[in-house]
Amino acid sequence: MLSAPATTLGTTDLLSLYRQMVLIRRTEEALTRAHQAGAIPGSLHTYIGQEAIASGVCAHLRLDDVLFSTHRGHGHALAKGVSPGALIAELLGRATGVSGGRGGSMHIFSPEVGVMGTSGIVGPSILLAAGAGYTFRLLHTERVSVAFFGDGAVNNGAFHEGINMAAIWDLPVLFVCENNLYATEVPFATVARNPNVAERAVAYGLPGVLVDGNDVLAVHAAAGEAVRRARAGDGPTLLECRTYRTRGHAEGMRDAGYRTPEEVAEWKTRDPIARFRDRLLAEGLAGEDDLAPIDAEVQSLVEEARRFADASPWPAPATVLDHVYST
Amino acid sequence: MRDLTFTVAAREALAEEMARDPAVFVMGEGIGARGGNWATTTGLYDQYGPWRLRDTPIAERGFTGLCTGAALVGGRPVVDFMFLDFLLDAMGELINQTAKFQYMSGGRLKMPIVLRGTIGVGHASATHHSGNYYPMLSHVPGLRVVVPTTPGDAKGLLKTAIRCDDPVFFLEHKSLLGLKGPVLDGDYTIPFGQARIAREGSQASVVAIGWMVHQTLAACEELAKEGLSIEVIDPRTLSPLDIGTILASVHKTGRLLVVDEDYSPYGAGAEIAAQVVAQGFDDLDAPVMRLNGVFAPVPYSPPLEAAMVPTVGSIARAIRDLLAE
Repeated sequence: MLSAPATTLGTTDLLSLYRQMVLIRRTEEALTRAHQAGAIPGSLHTYIGQEAIASGVCAHLRLDDVLFSTHRGHGHALAKGVSPGALIAELLGRATGVSGGRGGSMHIFSPEVGVMGTSGIVGPSILLAAGAGYTFRLLHTERVSVAFFGDGAVNNGAFHEGINMAAIWDLPVLFVCENNLYATEVPFATVARNPNVAERAVAYGLPGVLVDGNDVLAVHAAAGEAVRRARAGDGPTLLECRTYRTRGHAEGMRDAGYRTPEEVAEWKTRDPIARFRDRLLAEGLAGEDDLAPIDAEVQSLVEEARRFADASPWPAPATVLDHVYST
Repeated sequence: MRDLTFTVAAREALAEEMARDPAVFVMGEGIGARGGNWATTTGLYDQYGPWRLRDTPIAERGFTGLCTGAALVGGRPVVDFMFLDFLLDAMGELINQTAKFQYMSGGRLKMPIVLRGTIGVGHASATHHSGNYYPMLSHVPGLRVVVPTTPGDAKGLLKTAIRCDDPVFFLEHKSLLGLKGPVLDGDYTIPFGQARIAREGSQASVVAIGWMVHQTLAACEELAKEGLSIEVIDPRTLSPLDIGTILASVHKTGRLLVVDEDYSPYGAGAEIAAQVVAQGFDDLDAPVMRLNGVFAPVPYSPPLEAAMVPTVGSIARAIRDLLAE
């Protein structure tokens, strides 16, 4: 497994990665509080513990690159440029939400920044991202497409069909498997004889890379190479990022019986944000006087986002039929 | 004006749209150098090459999902299923993704994708190559469903489909593919939601779908010899449905029969009947009747297959029954 290389990133990039992860964490903490307060009418699957992956991958993407995400997709949306206010408002079901209140947590759309949808169905992101990559090649652009998906998707037909087509046509796509070891509560080890997802790439003829998904610099380095390959027309890459969600599958669900408290506690010691913060300080890459202002700025940004969402209007019932068709 | 087959007219539409817009491309099994199992793309590969005439693995779910993604970022895919039955592996992608993107994105994403394939009972195709499926597809918000019945309509409707920003099913009955008919010269489109009066009449209205339009017209020829005057309506698109033209016809005739090769339960006839009863009840002089294919998987053997679907004879009988009501 690839873990943290000696970084060549400058301070600005390092702090940017840090801020991105903190922004995702604080926004989702605000969402969990909103859920506990009954302000979120639907479901909420947090990305807490997995922030290094979205942050490390999306740091390489341009505004017109696109991503397709999962039911656990707030981190991807934020890392690609969705504002916390528009995200929180969507989960609160408000008209100012990123999908105008039509989607909720699992249907986040912001094509303006390349977020082409989180999804309530496991697997399709792989096919959709391959398709966007097809158009990018067809129209001779240098744009890149990213599919995020969990370990739960890799035994699904979409994985086989989509990765095969992307490989045979050299499509500019990153397939990012966030292997958090459980599909809801089913351990990956019980549904895959070979628990190594990256190794499957060999069967399809594309590079497969296994990365420590809780190490933002490792993710950043691997994704950088994959994006470079894609943009150069050299084809897709499969990245397996090993990680762990430290909260339950969804807020309000019982989180017991399928994993031990010791296992959760052990993974919390590998928290990607605390780990990166410690490393920045230990290696002298940043100081408290760099990090503390970021913490404070993000905190107030998220508080303002929650106030914006709370103050936002509900969508008008008369608009329920809008946009079924293009005209 | 020229006489072309249904297949040649539809291919002409595709070729013209590919020339007009470099974002239009076709995906399917054998639609590249082979030119398509139904000659849907003959000659186009030599002109446009593999990126625009893309032979796929046998992976219907995969390439339906892939083309859905392609349509989101500026591509205009035409998915060629060969037989529409092959769509069924892709129903999850179709209904949960393709049909819903525009709505869920608040209209900020468009879904310009055409999904085409042959439908229909006949030619001993047996049950995996004979389905119709248009009621099921017309039930889904976000999809458009086109069932052309003449070469001229095939060309005009396929051009509209390719230019449309919605997902459009373009369904070609196998018995129609070799049918010749007049096709206008030059570029023209036919709007969705506009039915065609295939035959004017005054005593009863018959809405017929797909190949049944032609069978019904043949039945009406027979009945005309007895002095019976029947109006035949070809809806051309089932979603959207031009209920206005059907209601106007029923207002004139007072009687309605729906002839549909596909199954009766929860089908196109049920929907049309319900709308006519709701909006044109006072015009009806008799109960709305339906004539459908029988409710069974499609059998192979010719005598069994023939027993499956309405015929010229059974349509004529049904019209006589309706007039006797």
